[in-house]
Amino acid sequence: MLEIGGRTFKSRLLVGTGKYRSNAEMLDAITASGAEVVTVAVRRVNLDRSDEGGILHHLGADRYFLLANTAGCYSADEAIRYARLGREAGFNDFVKLEVIGDKETLLPDVAGLLEATKVLAAEGFKVLAYTNDDLITALRLEEAGAVAVMPLASPIGSGLGLLNPYFIRTIKARLSVPVIVDAGVGSASDACLVMEQGVDGILMNTALAEAKDPVLMATAMRLGVEAGRASYRAGRMPRREVAIPSSPVTGMLD
Amino acid sequence: MQLTINGESRTVSDAGTVEQLLLTLNLDPRTVVVELNREIIRRPAIATTAVADGDVVEIVHFVGGG
Repeated sequence: MLEIGGRTFKSRLLVGTGKYRSNAEMLDAITASGAEVVTVAVRRVNLDRSDEGGILHHLGADRYFLLANTAGCYSADEAIRYARLGREAGFNDFVKLEVIGDKETLLPDVAGLLEATKVLAAEGFKVLAYTNDDLITALRLEEAGAVAVMPLASPIGSGLGLLNPYFIRTIKARLSVPVIVDAGVGSASDACLVMEQGVDGILMNTALAEAKDPVLMATAMRLGVEAGRASYRAGRMPRREVAIPSSPVTGMLD
Repeated sequence: MQLTINGESRTVSDAGTVEQLLLTLNLDPRTVVVELNREIIRRPAIATTAVADGDVVEIVHFVGGG
């Protein structure tokens, strides 16, 4: 079970809802992923196409735990504004907090992130903070009141996989709040490797939405997350620089 | 009256309340969140909050995102 901010979830895989080719494909992929937490973004209503009901029209708000994000925000003030709007939509007080510092890499603005985390936590928000793989920032976010810290595997939408297993492992070892790796996972082997570092969960979007077959990839990711978690819990054998035979060395024929 | 709605200048005939404005725009008040001059209008206040000439209105909802 994954526990975040007093809520428990069976699935350790959290998924986004962006960039799918169609809403039908998105829904099938989310179902196949087994995810209970799905992220959504806050944006202006398109007034010239007001027949569009937004994503809730397609996504049953009672079927999933909706996690509003502050994607696209480049300052603490902007992220705080988006978080408040997301909460007013009325589903919960959880927010996936992003304060982006650079358009090229979409890497987080750590100072803005810490500032926004403090303000939102004081307002009663359950902050899940998207951050880089820096231990000190992760510790500061926990101190600032984040209910989960979400270090990246690699940049958002890059699909480069887990670039720094050591740092992710270190963050997990030092934090008390859940560590959910967010961004950069591209394939099921990436998801498995991330979970093998001992983290509590993974959030992904592009790896599913941009797969040739998102539904099949969602199944693969679900299995990858489960396999990685089981592998971590099972405890891997030590790495050795020498070969050791698996079959008996005695009883050989002359 | 003249309003700025989602960044665009719009002429609306006597909107009255936020709720009436949303209905004029063919929007379901239950599916959107409204910011009036940078202040979020809480759900229960939508029907009673008046819109005035020159107000800046933001109307948002949830879309797909990661």
